[in-house]
Amino acid sequence: MAEILNKRNHGPAYYADFRLKIALRIVIVSLAPLVLVTGIILYQFHVYANQMVHAHLDQLVLKHRQKIDDFLKQKLSDISYLSKSYQFSQLKEKPFLQQRLRALQVDYSYVFVDLGVIDDNGRQVSYAGPFDLDQADYSDSEWFHKARARDTYISDVFLGMRGQPHFIVAVKREWQGRMWLVRATIDFMAFNTLVEDFTMGKTGTAFILNRQGEFQTRAPKGTLKLTLQQYKNLFKMGEDARGNKTGDHIIAPSVLGQNDLFQIAREYEPKIDRYTASPPHKYTTFTVEKKGEDSTRCLVVAAFLKNDDWLLIFQQEKKDAFAKLNETQLIAVFITFAGALLIIFMAFFISGQLVKRIARLDSEKEVMNQQIVETGKLASIGELAAGIAHEINNPVAIMVEEAGWIQDLLSEGIDKGDNFEEFKRALNQIQTQGHRCKGITHKLLSFARKTDSRVETLQINEFVTEVVDLLSQKFKYANINVDVQLNSKLPTIQASATEIQQVLMNILQNAVYAMEKTGGKIIIMTGMDDQHLSVSIKDTGPGIPSDNLARIFDPFFTTRPVGKGTGLGLSICYGIINKMGGRIDVESKVDEGTMFTIVLPLKNPAPIFKENI
Amino acid sequence: MAIANILLVDDEVPFVDTMIKRLTKRNMDVLPAYGGEDALKKLAENKRVEVVILDVKMPGMDGLETLKEIKKEFPLVEVIMLTGHATVESAIDGMKLGAFDYLMKPSDIDLLVEKVTEAAAKKRRHEEKIIEAQMRKITTRGR
Repeated sequence: MAEILNKRNHGPAYYADFRLKIALRIVIVSLAPLVLVTGIILYQFHVYANQMVHAHLDQLVLKHRQKIDDFLKQKLSDISYLSKSYQFSQLKEKPFLQQRLRALQVDYSYVFVDLGVIDDNGRQVSYAGPFDLDQADYSDSEWFHKARARDTYISDVFLGMRGQPHFIVAVKREWQGRMWLVRATIDFMAFNTLVEDFTMGKTGTAFILNRQGEFQTRAPKGTLKLTLQQYKNLFKMGEDARGNKTGDHIIAPSVLGQNDLFQIAREYEPKIDRYTASPPHKYTTFTVEKKGEDSTRCLVVAAFLKNDDWLLIFQQEKKDAFAKLNETQLIAVFITFAGALLIIFMAFFISGQLVKRIARLDSEKEVMNQQIVETGKLASIGELAAGIAHEINNPVAIMVEEAGWIQDLLSEGIDKGDNFEEFKRALNQIQTQGHRCKGITHKLLSFARKTDSRVETLQINEFVTEVVDLLSQKFKYANINVDVQLNSKLPTIQASATEIQQVLMNILQNAVYAMEKTGGKIIIMTGMDDQHLSVSIKDTGPGIPSDNLARIFDPFFTTRPVGKGTGLGLSICYGIINKMGGRIDVESKVDEGTMFTIVLPLKNPAPIFKENI
Repeated sequence: MAIANILLVDDEVPFVDTMIKRLTKRNMDVLPAYGGEDALKKLAENKRVEVVILDVKMPGMDGLETLKEIKKEFPLVEVIMLTGHATVESAIDGMKLGAFDYLMKPSDIDLLVEKVTEAAAKKRRHEEKIIEAQMRKITTRGR
């Protein structure tokens, strides 16, 4: 396209902007999927891992709850078995009871501390064990009253008369119309290890709590994250969670504090609680997420034990529970981040390289364009020069012949005839022809001298006159009549003189070439409206076939034979006029002629800086 | 008797005038013509013209067209083309069309005289042959 020769200089800002655009597109296109995929995967992974962690903890808590329940049940049934296997007459005997205790201790590794048989008045009828508790009176003890009301009973942990933490399992029996209790003390330490070996990570600990908020195992290692009240509230929450059938997310009552809490109550297969005749309920664990006093987030998983009297509580700092998850997420985020950084770096690096190369190509193109334009100028000057040389040839020939004539006369002598007068005439003629030559060379020089492309204020009319004058000889020999109709009111414009000359010259020379053989007429008109001025050059030549009409402004398109034309003239014109913010229109009819109209804006765009090569 | 009868055709009046002076000095009989049409008119008026010195580049009817016409109307007349650098090709085309020779302008007067002399001699030989042939024709017919 003719735009090839459109000179456009791009400043560094253009390229910086261009680079930024490229880089941003690369970054967006590359990062979007990366971020999206990573985000989705991370989120899914987070959800999944959360479920896994919760499920795992639930399982652990449930298993432990089961283990503890089984332990308690086991101890209960041992005592129950003891009470059923032997008569109370036997059990009341201390030696027999001691024997039984030893048997139990051998079997159960000293989980049982002591055994005792108590009558309905709360008096310990017989006792086997390390403490001096014979005939101890339990009638005021809480556990005794509770045990009497049930078939079997497991007490909370208490210090009792012995001043050591322990709890009691008791079985109620009827014998001889009276109520008897067989009770055993469970070693607190042995029971404790059951719960204590349930630890996880750095901060995961487990303990058992009763409804009064008393610890049924040793208080957990490390700090308790929550207040005792909050722990106690778990009982109510657990019951609420169990009663709730609508879903597994519960907004906990605000009793728990100002923090957002949620619990997940998971329901498992129903199992019959064997300790009581109360209707079967579901084994459940429930999870509460809570901000501790030191504002670390904690995960609390709890399950009811011992007929809902106790709560097995497992607590772990959230960041510890999700350490693996967080670590994975951190790695993923880090990789994504590093990848993103790399992408951004590469995008800018690549676009920088690309733009640098484009800039180089642009400047090379610029140089090429300049060279093409120069070539075109040279070609048209060459063409002009050939015409001028020819034009000069005539006066030169006259001068040579006049000089020759003088020589001819000299051989005869100056004084002969009117030779002297002839001398004078010949010398005058030589002078005249010399001036003629000077005029011609000056015309050419004024055209060729203006090789810089500086923009100045100029009057198009003058240029039309000048170029027509320059080509007058050509017109004459090609039998072309030139009719110049200039609008004298034409304002000046800002343009480069050499470029305007070039444009007019090219179009006129084309017209001359087209009509060289046939002769014809050229009408040059200048005109204006309020915003533009126009120069139209109309010829009566053979016209341009419509096939060629679309291509005449293409560089190197020519209809002249090889060596006669470069095909650059009109493309240069197009470039020049386009750069000035104007346009060139062509109308042509075959066999009728062609009209080129140059339209230039009166208000020129800001002059474009252009290097001179 | 002049060496040759010449018609000098050029659109530059001073050139024609001076050339006539110089050629006349060299014993030539020269007629001026200032264009193609003018040359043809002069040729029609003066049958004595043997050689036409013809400038290639002229406004109106140019050298080549004039040459074609001369060769058509006056086939025996010899034509020497005068040419500048830019129109050498035209001169060569002229040779193809039957011009006797061509010379670069400005040309050396002696060379021009030489060419004109040769051309005139050729023309005369040509005419003699024609006359001889016609004579032979008449004499053989008389038998």
